[in-house]
Amino acid sequence: MTLLNVENLTVQFDTDEGRITAVENVSFSLEAGQVMGLVGESGSGKSVTAKALMQLNPRNSIYNEQSKISLNLDDGPVDVLSLKTAKELKVVRGGAVSMIFQEPMASFAPAITIGKQMVEQLVLHKNLTKAEAKKLSVDMLDRVGISEAGKRFDQYAFELSGGMRQRAMIAMALSTSPKLLIADEPTTALDVTIQAQVIDLMKDIVADFGMGIIFITHDLGVIAQTADKIAVMYLGELVEQGSVRDVIRTPAHPYTQGLLNSLPKLEDLDKPLTPIPGDIPSPLERPSGCVFHTRCPKVVMGRCNVDIPTSVRVKDGHKASCLLIEDNGGPKL
Amino acid sequence: MIEKPLISAKNLSVTFLLGNNFFGPKLTIQAVADVTMDIPRKSFFGLVGESGSGKTTFGRALLNAVPISGGNVQYNDDEVSYHLERLTKVELKDYRKRSQLIFQDPYAALSPRMTVRDIIAEPLEVMGLTNSREETDERVREIAEKCRLNLEHLRRFPHAFSGGQRQRISIARALVSNPKFVVADESVAALDVSIQADVLNLLKELQKELELTYLFISHDLSVVAHVCDNVAVMYLGRLVETAPTRDLFFRPRHPYTKALLSAIPSLDPDYSGNAQKLEGEIPSPASVPSGCTFHTRCPHCIDICKQVEPLGEQVSEGHNVVCHRWKELDTPEPSN
Repeated sequence: MTLLNVENLTVQFDTDEGRITAVENVSFSLEAGQVMGLVGESGSGKSVTAKALMQLNPRNSIYNEQSKISLNLDDGPVDVLSLKTAKELKVVRGGAVSMIFQEPMASFAPAITIGKQMVEQLVLHKNLTKAEAKKLSVDMLDRVGISEAGKRFDQYAFELSGGMRQRAMIAMALSTSPKLLIADEPTTALDVTIQAQVIDLMKDIVADFGMGIIFITHDLGVIAQTADKIAVMYLGELVEQGSVRDVIRTPAHPYTQGLLNSLPKLEDLDKPLTPIPGDIPSPLERPSGCVFHTRCPKVVMGRCNVDIPTSVRVKDGHKASCLLIEDNGGPKL
Repeated sequence: MIEKPLISAKNLSVTFLLGNNFFGPKLTIQAVADVTMDIPRKSFFGLVGESGSGKTTFGRALLNAVPISGGNVQYNDDEVSYHLERLTKVELKDYRKRSQLIFQDPYAALSPRMTVRDIIAEPLEVMGLTNSREETDERVREIAEKCRLNLEHLRRFPHAFSGGQRQRISIARALVSNPKFVVADESVAALDVSIQADVLNLLKELQKELELTYLFISHDLSVVAHVCDNVAVMYLGRLVETAPTRDLFFRPRHPYTKALLSAIPSLDPDYSGNAQKLEGEIPSPASVPSGCTFHTRCPHCIDICKQVEPLGEQVSEGHNVVCHRWKELDTPEPSN
């Protein structure tokens, strides 16, 4: 059964400089036990998309009328965007949906022990007694590979190393046994050797707990090693999505192609690095037509800067939003 | 032809005082221990290692930005030759022109209250390298053009620019005093991949044009592989392996280098590989393991590794490794 369905999600922010569109018309779905990688550069709207799933975007955010996020839980579907009060929101904030943040030092309270923070949320979400919550917390710390879990339980975040902290963060997010886990750049702040350990841990977790994971990162290598499917975002739009193999081996959208080409590859050291030309436009000056046309090497003026592309089927489960694919006979969806 | 070294470090150590213990010995940590390294002129020299390995401290020691506690460092271009551990005030002032640093985070490195022109001109004014405002402006325009900055942007403030543009401003500021030696400390780590390639290409072009020597500090091995001629791998303040880039990437000898390489996530979704995963984390430099400092995490650790500190051995020209067992572990085809 589909765990998560996002349809036509559009998020705008009212700012002093005007209304900014951070996410536009994004649709995707996720099955239980599936890992979806959400890839994009800074400013592409990937974090805003993820935060929308928990309604964590700031107060000046506006979701338009067509936006729909539905979460299928055991006791029926939940319409996430219609939740209003803190009590209603509990289900998506730590209940059925958990989030792992990028910087574990910034997301643990510095003056409260790790254990106390874990117990607090378990008591809140799971109706456990403090003793039960402590036992579960220590078990979870142990489960994510933290040695001497009983001792770590009483320590503060600053006493743990970066890798340990991220493991503790994962343990905390998993302890309420969420159905959907959102991991926002969970390995970006870590060293490669520690990153490899955390990636292995995340793979184990999916196998054991069978939850759906949305893995946000800008590192395509990390995605290739962890995800089942990929969604690529650029300037708030989902430009391509499909299975990891399809998207990485045969990228259809020029942006995805450019992203893959600009990565330094170890297999071919002589190949010059090819950046995507130009800079990401400011969100205040969204390009007309296809948002990528200002940097696209294949741009056709008169077409790409005028018309707005729609999602086109490349092959089963592999979709891209590019006018050139449309023009070459890609069937509209 | 191997160029003469521009920087030549011999047994360089940097020690930080942690605090005074009135009765006992002073508490210190050795951030850089006994590093010997030659950086050839006009080379793109890479320095890699995990956080806490001492690579930033090493780079700063070469810039005389942290005090050198032991050993010596010689700087030698065609005009001058300095011993960095005992520079006079006049020499230090001159060395500041010849050596520069490009920072990691282009958002934090530029003052939000200064225009781009003022940011780039500041080193010239501080060092008194130009005699008139016209001369300063001329020099700023020249370097800004080389760094592919739009000259009309010089009057703007940094907040108007994206990460890639800001990093180009940082580069222009570093190069405006015509340095010979540039330390680039994680200079592309904060950038998006599509921009990262652009900045790397710019650094390469500028190196050729201005005959620069870089010490390129990075934790991203695939970036280092692409731009550097030589690479040194650091672990807990010590060099474990130094080699020409190709030798290091295609035939690494030290178990730590091998582990670092295999930890890079592959772009191939079906790659399961013979990843030699490292257990645990880098120990604190306040409690350095005995013997080989890597033995606590090394998959090939034997008794000698725990007791005796290994010495550097030469594998081939320019390729040095510090490991007791590199010869027996060296199999042409990595088996696993």
